[in-house]
Amino acid sequence: MKKAIILAAAAAVAASGMAASLAGAEPVDDQLVIDGELEMVTRAAPPKDHPLDEVLSGWLYRTPETRALEADSFQNPGMLYVERGEEIWNTVEGEAGKSCASCHGDASESMAGVGAAYPKWDAAAKRPINVELQINKCRENNMKAEPYKFDAAEQKALTTFVKHQSLGTPMQVDLSQGDLQSWWKKGEEVYYTRTGQLNLSCASCHEQNNGNYIRADHLSQGNVNGFPTYRLKQANMVSLHNRFRGCIRDTRAEFPAAFSDELMALEVYVTWRGTGLSIETPAVRQ
Amino acid sequence: MAAPKPRVKVPKSASAGEVITIKTLISHKMESGQRKDKQGNVIPRQIINKFTCEFEGKPVFSCDVEPAISANPYFEFTAKVMESGTFKFTWVDDSGDVYSHEQAIEVK
Repeated sequence: MKKAIILAAAAAVAASGMAASLAGAEPVDDQLVIDGELEMVTRAAPPKDHPLDEVLSGWLYRTPETRALEADSFQNPGMLYVERGEEIWNTVEGEAGKSCASCHGDASESMAGVGAAYPKWDAAAKRPINVELQINKCRENNMKAEPYKFDAAEQKALTTFVKHQSLGTPMQVDLSQGDLQSWWKKGEEVYYTRTGQLNLSCASCHEQNNGNYIRADHLSQGNVNGFPTYRLKQANMVSLHNRFRGCIRDTRAEFPAAFSDELMALEVYVTWRGTGLSIETPAVRQ
Repeated sequence: MAAPKPRVKVPKSASAGEVITIKTLISHKMESGQRKDKQGNVIPRQIINKFTCEFEGKPVFSCDVEPAISANPYFEFTAKVMESGTFKFTWVDDSGDVYSHEQAIEVK
């Protein structure tokens, strides 16, 4: 009898604990203001034919402590990488004897809002191009320097710096460029295709279950407006394609190479899904 | 990451007797000494093991830092300022390196 009572009590505790944690995974009603000055768009009206009623930044799904870290640009550890990126911006490299600044000058002017419009259409390569690939293209063609390997520390820092110049600018990809519309279509296919032993698509988690828990983790809508993102788990910057690969790996599938056709298509599509959200780079996430 | 680089935020000015908030952040990998590399060898510990703040040579705040502190350690504390002077911050690395930073405050 006594044992039964204890079991019943344990079940009650488990049930109430679960209810509390489920409630905690919902997006909060809060306003992101960086340093008390720059108001950010974390809720936006979706573009036409979007499957969700409202587009929400991943910031709204994080704990109060994590949200506070991002709201203070001094405490935000991602700002260390922005500073590192600025050093790289001004460093001469390659046979042409140029730095980024030799052509682009002051990034706070020349790069303002630029990162918010990527990915763009690369007419020469006949495929979409993102900030990482644009940096590598510049390095090869204009600086005569070695392109960065995927996720090299310099690549992450410089990408973070360039995207940070668009802080607050609403993300807006122009699908009328070149063949971008068909890549969007391909990206949509990738988004809804189930992969791996767990048989999950992007939509299984980020469309149908955002606001719920997956094991101990809140699921957000999976918007990309904060990338590269400072992830507390890694205590480092995490690039978008690293996160794509990580997600697909977690479904226990083979994952595509960074900047492959599949992931570039996915970047075009997922960026469109977050249309209107402010660029938060460097965002802080769990 | 490149060499550890401190960032410090101290108000430029304050009134005498005011309690000010000081924020510090330093980029550092804080290798705990508890991880192993792919060959199974222990990655040697390399952390910041001590942080101090002085005002004109007088101690304001100090603490020992342990391996469980995550990368890029952040410290925030308060101090009462009576006169103009300079805060000196130091971080001591396991490697023996010392990183320091100074910031002046004007008391009106």
